[in-house]
Formats: sequence, structure tokens, C-alpha cells
Amino acid sequence: MRKMLNVLYITNPEAYLAKDGENLVVRVQDEEIFRTPIHYLEGIVTFGYMGASPALLGMCVEKGVTVSFLTAHGKHQATVHGTPKGNVLLRRKQYRLADSESESAKLASMFIIGKIANCRTVLRRFMSDYGDKVQIEEVDRVSKIMARNVLRLGKELLLDEVRGIEGESAQMYFSVFDQLIICHKDHFFMKGRNRRPPLDNMNALLSFLYSLLLHETRSALETVGLDPYVGFLHRDRPGRTGLALDLMEEFRPYLVDRLALSLINRRQVTGDGFLKKESGGVIMKENVRKIVIEAWQKRKREEITHPFLEKKIYVGLLPYAQALLLARHLRGDLDRYPPFVWK
Amino acid sequence: MEKLYEEDDLLALSGIQHFAFCERQWGLIHVESQWVENVKTVEGKNMHKRVDDPYFTETRGDVKIVRSVPLMSKTLGLYGVADVIEIQQHDDNFGIVNYSIVEYKRGKPKADDRDQVQLCAQALCLEEMLAITINYGYLFYGETKHRYRVEFNNCLRTRVQELAQRMHLLFEKGQTPPAVYNKKCKNCSLFDICVPELSKVNKRTQKYLSRVFDDMRIE
Repeated sequence: MRKMLNVLYITNPEAYLAKDGENLVVRVQDEEIFRTPIHYLEGIVTFGYMGASPALLGMCVEKGVTVSFLTAHGKHQATVHGTPKGNVLLRRKQYRLADSESESAKLASMFIIGKIANCRTVLRRFMSDYGDKVQIEEVDRVSKIMARNVLRLGKELLLDEVRGIEGESAQMYFSVFDQLIICHKDHFFMKGRNRRPPLDNMNALLSFLYSLLLHETRSALETVGLDPYVGFLHRDRPGRTGLALDLMEEFRPYLVDRLALSLINRRQVTGDGFLKKESGGVIMKENVRKIVIEAWQKRKREEITHPFLEKKIYVGLLPYAQALLLARHLRGDLDRYPPFVWK
Repeated sequence: MEKLYEEDDLLALSGIQHFAFCERQWGLIHVESQWVENVKTVEGKNMHKRVDDPYFTETRGDVKIVRSVPLMSKTLGLYGVADVIEIQQHDDNFGIVNYSIVEYKRGKPKADDRDQVQLCAQALCLEEMLAITINYGYLFYGETKHRYRVEFNNCLRTRVQELAQRMHLLFEKGQTPPAVYNKKCKNCSLFDICVPELSKVNKRTQKYLSRVFDDMRIE
């Protein structure tokens, strides 16, 4: 499997990125605060407005380092990357399948199987770790419905049926999600998902982490030569990276939800790290964002045995591994796309 | 009458060495546009940087040395650049000119024939462009600092023609050949994106999914 390099996250809105020889240099008010050889990096993600020199962007393109510019809230603005990898024939195959309702439904089922199965495991793990502290009947009931829904997805379905199962499962899952939060209940709760804008701390935290994950799935797809904009479950909409969102589904519970819960339950983030704006929308303060990014980076460096490949890889390489399997499936090397299912 | 390729259909001559080494490696680079640098490839590039200078010409005695010479063959359907061509003209020889071709390589001579094949393909291009015959050329290796003479015999010429034909066949299909996992994979800079082990698992997905479903039935 490909080596995992570092992704550099820049949260200081004053920072300016420049090139010096083969190095990336970060300056704040003309003072150098960070420097690294470019070949240690596979991506740079910046939050909030800041500058980057054309020379640096040129070097990143040449070395295959993706640079993503996000707003302070994590909304994607632009990505700089070089000539697309992979061949146009693979992308055409992707478009052809995406044009077909039934083929799209088959692939969409796989992504959602991954998502629901992993949601279920989040619930089950919670029950075995904290079962004594909470009332688990409801969590257990939802977990069983999840299992049934995964089995339903094993049959041939219409795309709308897949969406229906997905919607119902997500709603059920988030209905018990609140029970998985066991401290700071005044500050962190789940009364339903909202994101534009997030209306409470939990939703703000989840949205931010999902935006980090989306960056990863998007660049993983680009690396293997797929078009992140053309999805199977998420249909085309201008500016929406449909396939990146598709691929992200199976990782949401495993990579994000668990991390968000453990940050709260281990008291690494607290309510005062969030700011409720006049409109009711919630944003994260810079220090919390730093804590979250550090936890995310640490998580990526953990190892896991990939359930399909049956070999050890870094958690951070999972999006790449799944993108690779998806490309192999589209090319016809694999009869089915095996979603990432964590036990 | 041999088939002649159109200019638009020409393939990179440099690919023939990848193709002779591993069809899949060639496919990943030339069909999938995938490339991974490692120490060896960077060293190779640096070496060629020194050799590449299309504006540099040198004369040593009666030998004129030219660098970075563009090449093309419509019968092979290949185009590329020769590192060095040495042109020897004997004044007392009724104007007979002798061409030889030199390719610079970073490492040392290899067990397989990929370097010979690349050199011979270059020679075939030059033969076609100038309507001449070239009988031999040289491979210069950076590690041994030595040049080795390569005869362009019929056997090697046929091998080049066959490889070029097959490259075109696969390129037209747009298919990256499946991986054949073996010892030489360890030395390939594309190992991590090729994932040769994966080519054996195409039937495993059904089993994998059944396992996932079985887990759901446990409750």
C-alpha cells in the first residue's frame, strides 16, 4: 500500500505559505514559524483566508501535493492539484455507470452498507464499553434495526429505496446518538443533525471533522484517477463532490463520530471552546480546532487490519485504499466494490 | 506493405523499457498517468539533466557528438529523444558517415534486455528518419562508468517490433494489464500504487460481503 505522508493543516489566518528551495515555509508577519521539505507532505489544508505564493503552488502541483483552501468553518473553497491522474477511459466508465440508475443503485447500496454497518458497530462498541452507565435498550433496538437495514441493502433495490433506507437509518442512529454522550451533557447533545449552520456544539464538532474527512476522500479519489464530482448515491449538483461524499459515508461513523464522542467523553473538548453567534449558528474557537486536528492526525497514524485486504494499514490510508478498490471495481478487476466494514 | 502510424497515434519511446520490464508498469505510467519518484528515478532524471542539452555539440577528432536528438518512427509508432548520437565522418572515405547511438543509464547493466530494447528502438527510429543502417550502439552505465556495445541484430530488432506492436494493441484497448506478482516487484517504484497482491482477489468480494451479512444475522 502507498506510504502515508503528512497532511499539514494551517489554522492561523495570518499565515503565508512560501517556497524556499524544496521546502515549504510558513510565515506569520514576515517571521518564519515553520519549515518542512515538501516531500514529507501529501497535502496542505488551510482554514480561513491567507496567502500562498504561486511558486509554492507550482512546486506542490509538480510534487503531487494537493492544496485545499477551506473557509474558517471548513467549507471548501478551492483545491490546487496537477494534471488529473488516471485515464479518461476510467472516468468515462464512472460516468456511464453514474448515468445508469440501476448501476448507481448497486454502488450506492455498497457505500450505505458500509455506513450503516459501521454505525451499528459504533452503537455496539458503546454498549459493551459503557453498558452499565446508560440505559441501553433503545440503543440496542436501533442497532438491531441497523442490522436489518444492512441485510435489506443486500437485495437489488431502486436508488430511491437505497436513499430511503439510508435516511431512516441515519435518523434512527442520531436519535440515540445523544445517549452516547456521557459527560458535559449541558454543552453537548444531539437533537438531530443540522449543518448549515450547525446549531449546537456537537453538530459544529461533527461538521468540522466531516470536512476534514471530505478532503481526504476527495484527494484519494483524485489520486486513483476518479472524478470526485460524479457520484452514484449523491447525484450531480454544481460544486458538489458527489463521489467524495459517497465514499465518505462508510467512514463517517468509524473515523468521525467515534472521534467526536471520545473527545467529549474524555473531556478533551469542553463547551467553552465553542461560540454561539447571534444567529444561533455555532462556530469552534481556534484552540479547540487545534485540539481536534491534533486528535485527527493521531488517529490517522493508528494501524488497523483492513477487513478486505487483510493487511495492516494506517487508518489515514483507508480512504485511499477504498478509492483504489473502487477504481479496480470500475475497471472490472473486482466483481463487486467491497465497502469498508469495521467490526 | 507495413502499417504506418499517424503522428497522433505515436507512443512514447521511453515506455518500451518499462514495457519490456513489466507490461503493467508501462500501463500504469502511460495509460493511467501514474508515476512515483523514488531515489533511483530522481537520480536517473538528474543524470539525464546533465546529458540533455539540445544546443550542445562537440567534435572530437572526426567524431561529432550531438545530444537530445528528437526521434520518430511511423512503422514502430514511437517517438522520443536519443541522449547522444555520435556521427563519424571519414574525409578519406568518400563521405561515408557512420552513426552510433548512446543511451545513459543511472545504474548498472540489468539481467533483462530492457535497456538494449530501448537503445535499439532509438536506432530503428534514426534508421527510418535518415534512411540509413545502424549496426550497433552503446549503453553507458553511471555506476560502472563504462559503456557497453549493443549489436542491433535481427533477434533484437524483431523483439522491438513485437513489443511496439503489443504496446499499441494494449494502448488502443485502454487497459492496464493485470499485475503478475513476482520478485522484481520489490524494485519497482510503482509497487505501492500497483498493489500487485490485489490482482488475485477479484473473486473474494462476494465472500467478503457474505461475511458482512452473516454478522448482521447474529442478533
